[in-house]
Amino acid sequence: MNEQYTLHVNGVDRAVTDAWLGENLLYVLRERLGLLAAKGACEQGECGSCSVLVDDRLVCSCLVLAASAVGRRIVTVEGLAERGAPSDVQQAFVDTGAVQCGFCTPGLIVAAHALLDRSPDPSDLEIREELSGNVCRCTGYGRIIEAVQRVAVARRETPQEPS
Amino acid sequence: MPVVVPLTLREAIAALAEHPDAMVLAGGTDALVEINEGHRAIASGASSPFVVAVDRVAELRSWTIDPASRTITIGAGVTYDELMDDPLATLLPALAEASRTVGSPQIRIAGTLGGNLATCSPAGDALPVLSALDAVIQLTGPSGDRTMAVHDFMVGVKRTALAAGELITSVTLPLLDGWQGYSKVGVRNAMVIATASACLAVDAPARSVRLALGSVGPTIIRATEAESFAAEAVDWDHTAMSDDDVRRFGELAGAASRPIDDHRSTAVYRRHAIGVMAARLVRRAVPGGGS
Repeated sequence: MNEQYTLHVNGVDRAVTDAWLGENLLYVLRERLGLLAAKGACEQGECGSCSVLVDDRLVCSCLVLAASAVGRRIVTVEGLAERGAPSDVQQAFVDTGAVQCGFCTPGLIVAAHALLDRSPDPSDLEIREELSGNVCRCTGYGRIIEAVQRVAVARRETPQEPS
Repeated sequence: MPVVVPLTLREAIAALAEHPDAMVLAGGTDALVEINEGHRAIASGASSPFVVAVDRVAELRSWTIDPASRTITIGAGVTYDELMDDPLATLLPALAEASRTVGSPQIRIAGTLGGNLATCSPAGDALPVLSALDAVIQLTGPSGDRTMAVHDFMVGVKRTALAAGELITSVTLPLLDGWQGYSKVGVRNAMVIATASACLAVDAPARSVRLALGSVGPTIIRATEAESFAAEAVDWDHTAMSDDDVRRFGELAGAASRPIDDHRSTAVYRRHAIGVMAARLVRRAVPGGGS
C-alpha cells in the first residue's frame, strides 16, 4: 500500500498516494481522488457505468490499471461540465427525460460525447451500437437515443467548439 | 514504481528480462477482471509484484503486408476496433466479423489480438479465425525470438506455450483468395461470451475449405473431416454444393466438436449449434447448387 504516482485527470495533475498496485482507475478516481461521478457496478466491463475517456478513447475505468495510466489524459463526466455548467449532452439528457435513477447517466454522458465527437451525424443504429456498452435499467433507452439525436441536430445548426 | 510502461519493444524486452515473472498487461479487459475479483495476484513467485504495461509499445500497435508471400503481420497490440474497421476489415473479413462480436465498444477499444491469444480462452473470439487461417505467432523473450504455429501455441484452457519473460509480438496470417466468415452463438446478441463459434475460410486457388470451432473443446478445434469432405463435395468451377452435402458438412462439423456441459450451455446444444453454424457458413461461402 505504498504506490505513489500522478494522474492527469480533467486537465489537472492529481497526486495518488498510499495506493495498492492492483487498484483499477475507477477505484482511484472515486476513493482516492474524490471524483464520484463514474460508478462501479459490475467491475468486469459489462455495464459501462464507469466509462471515462483515456486519451480521447472510451474505456471502462474498472478495466484500467490506474498506475498504468500515468501520462494519459483522463476525462470523467466532471471534466465535461465547464465551470459547473452542464454540457449540451447533459442538458439534452435532462430535457428529454433520459435520466431516471441516474446511476448509468455519467457513463452514458461520456459515451455520448465520445460518439458525437467521432460521428457528428449518427444514425439510429449507430447510436444504439455505440451506446451498447452502457446498460440502463430504467429508461428503455428511447429517451437516451432521443437526447443524442437532439444534440446532433443542435450542433449542426449551431456549430460550436468541441466539448 | 513497480509498473513500467515501455514505449519501444526493446524497452519491453529489457523490462521482462529483468522481471521474468512480471504480469504483462495489454488491454486489461481480461486481466483486470481477474484482479478485481481477487482471482489473480499481480505476480506469482517470490519476487515483488511487477507489471509491464505494453499498451504504448509502438511496434506492437502496427501491421505490415508482405506482397511477395501474400501475408499480413499484425502487431499483438492491435485492438478489436482497429481490426473491425478498414483497411484491416477488407483484408481479413473473418477477423473483422469476429472482432465486431467482442464485448462492447469500450472493450473493443481496449482489447487486443495478442491479449486474446495470451488469455487463450476456448471462447476467445479471434482464436477460431487464427486457427482457420493457420496463423503463425511471433514471440520474443530472454532467449531470443521464435515463431510458432497457433495450433502449438494454444496448449489448453487458458494455457499457452509462452515461456517466462516471453512476449507475443505479432501474428502472421495469409491473405487468402476466397470467402471467409465468423459465426457465433451466445445467450443474447451483444456483449456476450460465445456458447459456440465457428470460422470458415475458403482458399479458392487451393480448392480447400478450413473450418475452426470455438467454445467446444479445451482449445480451438479444426474440423478436418468436414474440411476434407467439403474439398471434394464443392463444385469449384461453379462455386456450388448440394443441399445434402451442406447438411453432411454440418454433421461432420458437429461430430468434430468436443463440448462439455457448463454454466453457459450444454454439450448437446453446443454440438447442434456447431452443425447449424457450419452448414450456414459453407452455404454463404458456396452459394450455388441449393434447391
